[in-house]
Amino acid sequence: MTQFIDLTLSGISNGAIYAAVALALVLIWRATRIVNFAQGAMLMITTYIAAALVEAGNPYWLALVVAVAAGLVFGALTELVLIRRVESAPPINAVIVTLGLLVFLEALAGMIWSDTPRAFPAAFSIQGYEVGHTRILFSPNSTFIVCVVALVALALGALFRYTSLGLKLRAAAFAPEVARLLGVRVGRMFTIGWALAAGVGALAGALVAPSTFVGPSNFDPILIFAFTAAVLGGLESPLGAIVGGVLIGLVLSYVSGYEGEALAPLAALAMLLLTLMLRPTGIFAASRERRV
Amino acid sequence: MRALARVGAVRAAVVVLLAALAFGAVSSLVGEYRDLQLADGAYYFAALIGLSVLIGFGGKISLGHGAFMAVGAYAVALLVADEHWPLVGALAAATAVSALVGAVLGAAASRLQGPYLAGVTLTLAVALPQIGNRFPETLGGENGLVIDPPAPPSFLGSSFPPQRYLAWIAGLGALAALFFIYNMTRSGAGRALRAVRDDEVAAALCGCHVGRTQTVAFVLSAACAGLGGGLATVVLQLAQPGAFPLELSLRIFAAAVIGGVGSLWGAFWAAALLVLLPNWSHDIAQSLSLSGNVAANLPLAIYGVMLIVAMLLWPGGIQAGLRQLSGLLKRAYSSRHSVTQSNPAK
Repeated sequence: MTQFIDLTLSGISNGAIYAAVALALVLIWRATRIVNFAQGAMLMITTYIAAALVEAGNPYWLALVVAVAAGLVFGALTELVLIRRVESAPPINAVIVTLGLLVFLEALAGMIWSDTPRAFPAAFSIQGYEVGHTRILFSPNSTFIVCVVALVALALGALFRYTSLGLKLRAAAFAPEVARLLGVRVGRMFTIGWALAAGVGALAGALVAPSTFVGPSNFDPILIFAFTAAVLGGLESPLGAIVGGVLIGLVLSYVSGYEGEALAPLAALAMLLLTLMLRPTGIFAASRERRV
Repeated sequence: MRALARVGAVRAAVVVLLAALAFGAVSSLVGEYRDLQLADGAYYFAALIGLSVLIGFGGKISLGHGAFMAVGAYAVALLVADEHWPLVGALAAATAVSALVGAVLGAAASRLQGPYLAGVTLTLAVALPQIGNRFPETLGGENGLVIDPPAPPSFLGSSFPPQRYLAWIAGLGALAALFFIYNMTRSGAGRALRAVRDDEVAAALCGCHVGRTQTVAFVLSAACAGLGGGLATVVLQLAQPGAFPLELSLRIFAAAVIGGVGSLWGAFWAAALLVLLPNWSHDIAQSLSLSGNVAANLPLAIYGVMLIVAMLLWPGGIQAGLRQLSGLLKRAYSSRHSVTQSNPAK
């Protein structure tokens, strides 16, 4: 029973990370109809930047802020320099470009920081809380992670719902032609969407790095779990991404706890296939017309 | 129609025969190191040709071909090391097993498009090689499985270099894949595949079964990758999880796109790229005296950059580029001719 509770708790804090990265994927999908396979590599680069700052003796919080800022810039630049050029091409081309970026960034990180993973500090203690006489697998840092992700999700929700920027972002994603006619600068909205997504991703990277360590390919599993979470949520809905992320976090936690860590990606694959076979629109889809 | 089909098969046989002659001649002329490179290129080619057809003719992306190679590789290692099967049987079985895995995934894949399929196969590429770590008793864990190097048969003579024998085995496997795929792309199945890629609704109206056609393409491509993986086990005499990281899948995918998808020559360029690029980048790194970190990651960086550049500027890859170039030369040549012919009249 204790193990079950422990696995549930660690599943929730891991799930929050997957949810955040899934949110990044959903933001970009909504804006430009592209799944950003470079997301894992982009947050890897920003986390390396944060790690370098911490190693140089800077405070953790400064490193975190710089990482998120770097993510925002990075996302905007990616959209401006690369994605804009393939937007009118067949969708397969955009997918290939993000894959190229993934490969290039992993190689670049290996060149600059070597392939050996390095440690990254946590914001708060990673010692689990003590309940009665047992330590549970939920630490002050886990609380921090869950709270930050929830806050970010709420903030993004508010941005999309209550601000005029959010309205323009939604309009540009929903009907680019009409939005353009109505005076929305659609291209700029896409750039902002990419920047926001990469910023959220950068935050998630810095949050998860204490447990994964920072290495060129250390965030690959995060990407596929987040993708699974996003598909579970329908790839379309931010709320779906959050719920999907926590769900995936729980399932993977049970699988790796009871069956061994090696099977976790396989479990994700099974969930992905099941979702796509049974309910391709995800568990939160509003419309059922979207073809997968 | 039937006569035509026979002509097609004859044409494929001629192509394969010419390729076999070229391969045999080259492998007999070069040394042991180059023979091993030829063997590497041959098993990459087997995997690439399937992927190239899947992307180019099927319009589907698979990032999981490293995983299918792993399936084939482990199948051969298990059958040869534990069950003492002959190589040919083991390779055929490896092809069949990966085709089976491909069928399971292909049933799902036929309903998926672009990013979804890419994500599913990406997950596969991460997930599948991990199984080797989960079952260390049968699959050898991190260390993997080892097989004995195949000995050249006595009729080749006692001084026949074993590296050349490996190259020949891999080459024969690659040629089998070439024969099969060459025939397929020029048959009704290949045309159906292209029709489905270009317009699913129109193809369905013409009587193509869209889902089945795409599943078949996926299965074929997985089978080729499995054969490639099996051949890799024979060449390297080793199958281990570390040999099939996500990076391998991405590298194969990148090479296929850079070489040019949908063309069998494209797969050839891609295989050449996979074999030669590490050497070139090693030379570049040495001549520029780059640090170890930079040198180790240079090939991957080049793949990434080439993939992006190819998509932005040259979506057809090397093969399309060459075709454009030859078209340009031909036109320049013929226009000069017409000019010289019209000149005397002046």
